[in-house]
Amino acid sequence: MTVHALKRSLWIAGAALFSVGLFGWWDRMTNGEQHAHYGSIVPWGLWISVYIFFIGLSAGSFLISSMVYVFGMKKFEPVGRLSLLTALVTLGCALLSVWADLGHMFRFWHVFIYPNFQSAMAWMIWLYSTYFLLLAIETWFLLRRDMVVAREKSGWKASVYRVLTFATHNTSDESHRHDRKVVKTLATIGIPVAIMFHGGVGTLFGVVIARSAWNSGLFPILFLLSALVSGGALLTLVAAVFQDGIKRYRETIVALGQLVLAVLLVDVVMQFADILVAGYGGVPVHVAALKLMVSGPYWWVFWIWQIAMGTIIPIVILSSPKRRKANWVAGAAGLVVLGFIGTRLNIVIPSLVAGEIKGLEFAIHSPRVSSAYFPSMMEWLVSMSILGLGILLFGLGEKLLPPDGDVDEEVSPLNPNAQGMSALIPEGGAYVHG
Amino acid sequence: MDVWIGQSPSLIAEGDPLALDGDLSVSRRNLIRALTGSGALALAGAIVGGGIIDLLLDQPARAVGMKYRYGMVIDTRRCVGCKACVVACKQENKTPPGVYYNVVVEDTRENAQDRPLWMTKPCFHCENPPCIKVCPVSATFKREQDGIVVIDYDRCIGCRYCITACPYSARYFDFGDKYDFAATGQAWADVPSPEYDQYREHQDGVSPVGNVRKCTFCLHLQDENGQYDKAAGRWPACAKTCTGKAIHFGDFNDPNSEVSQLLLEKRSIRLKEELGTEPNVYYLI
Repeated sequence: MTVHALKRSLWIAGAALFSVGLFGWWDRMTNGEQHAHYGSIVPWGLWISVYIFFIGLSAGSFLISSMVYVFGMKKFEPVGRLSLLTALVTLGCALLSVWADLGHMFRFWHVFIYPNFQSAMAWMIWLYSTYFLLLAIETWFLLRRDMVVAREKSGWKASVYRVLTFATHNTSDESHRHDRKVVKTLATIGIPVAIMFHGGVGTLFGVVIARSAWNSGLFPILFLLSALVSGGALLTLVAAVFQDGIKRYRETIVALGQLVLAVLLVDVVMQFADILVAGYGGVPVHVAALKLMVSGPYWWVFWIWQIAMGTIIPIVILSSPKRRKANWVAGAAGLVVLGFIGTRLNIVIPSLVAGEIKGLEFAIHSPRVSSAYFPSMMEWLVSMSILGLGILLFGLGEKLLPPDGDVDEEVSPLNPNAQGMSALIPEGGAYVHG
Repeated sequence: MDVWIGQSPSLIAEGDPLALDGDLSVSRRNLIRALTGSGALALAGAIVGGGIIDLLLDQPARAVGMKYRYGMVIDTRRCVGCKACVVACKQENKTPPGVYYNVVVEDTRENAQDRPLWMTKPCFHCENPPCIKVCPVSATFKREQDGIVVIDYDRCIGCRYCITACPYSARYFDFGDKYDFAATGQAWADVPSPEYDQYREHQDGVSPVGNVRKCTFCLHLQDENGQYDKAAGRWPACAKTCTGKAIHFGDFNDPNSEVSQLLLEKRSIRLKEELGTEPNVYYLI
């Protein structure tokens, strides 16, 4: 398949998923959660799993972008902008997913006016709101000058840029240096914010004493690690497809592949430690949750999806000689990303299914008080539309995002021949790939 | 790993306080500045962190020192498993399908000859309720006058975090499901629930639909002083209806109440004591 055909099919897939999934949104908005399959024993299901999947992707790719803008890591510099775009798009998907899960969607702002400082969830929401603002502002400063240059061109993109640049016209090198300073400051602030908010997602689960499979001090750490793994993997995959893709980012993709391998291996050790300690401890509910995961009705999510596809095969590829081939690395990264959907489902659902009160589901005959959970059509459709929207937003980003310069003077002071973006751009900003 | 570690020169950007620019005096000044900065940051971090830890360790108000401390003593030896309490609760609170403030669970028997053990289970109105801590919008709280754990339906956003946090499965989400006899157009459709004295009807998209719901010890039956009256029938529906007189309800702060006396005389247990939740519902076994 040519790159062109691949992109075409991604556009079609994104549009199809998004528009078909709109039926799910229509159902969700008109009938509330009546057609959802979660209940009061398993109160969180597909949407929360999808939420922690996307939010992990966002935090991970943001942390990688900060390696470029704060620590000046040259290896990942070519995908600096791409990683911010990835962080923004996946954050949007995550927030949509968790929003759909609220019983009263239009009361989300209550968390700002009725704060509970003891709630891990409240902290998480405040932190990701901060993170969202920070991310948006950082991206804007990063792209400002290029957008100002490009607004002079005609066509729909120029109009978009004219809106996005507000009233700024300055294209001088000095203004660019100022932008980069702002970017660096924001990226620096962003590191603790991203660590706190994604650690906060893990904390949200970790503090629940009622669910022993969640109630582990390892959870915040595990979430951060897995964010780096999944976010790094998605960034690798996106870099391979985005704009010039493999042609342009070959070396970065290979380097990212090695980063993903390293954090993936640490992640595996952590997960193994968590399971080992729990299994040895043998506390019945905790073991019940583990058994559901490894030998329950959805055992294949763990063994085939999460372990074989998402862990073993990528590790093999990334440690074999194929690790130097960008297309293999991108494929392995894709498998890691897909595998992480399984990981997320296995974090959320088995602990809830394991239950708290023995025999509760037999005391009451109601589908809402049941330990069997499989997402309903409405739940699938809503998640599909969010996925489709994500693909479309990446597509839009591809059209609008000026590609990264090969080298940037601000972050690589050691290279005397470094040129900024503007030097690479011919008059009229013809660098935007249609 | 060599591909991404070992890029030390480019790790430090120009103008960074840690940059080795060759001029010792400047770098030393920068170093001092950096140290002062990180010291200030550490101090601020310690203050903020200490505040957070303090907040986290702060326990909600306890009913022990309150005017009333309502609770139950449930005698499993008297329970016959008729589930009249479940029905009475449904009648009183008009709860929709899938929402149960009270359930009767049977402990699994190993062989058919074993005596069955039934456990009726309302909300335990814990002294240290985990559900309250987790609520992101403070919509659920322990009432200051009597320790009853309640939900503000107008504030609750329906995130269901409290359902995951309650160790006793005492919380249920209202999905908006309806019994056939309460469907739109049917006789029961407009009958409101007397819960919290708010008399809300069960309509799509309107609270309590989309909220988490739970047992309130039928607090709408209290008088203006916050007292119940068994003789007048202002008594939690499950306790009032119990055919085997297994559910005893009362005020633990009153040493002469039936529940206080039962705790003095009998051996009781509470569920999952190891979690430190200190339920206000005791079981006699």
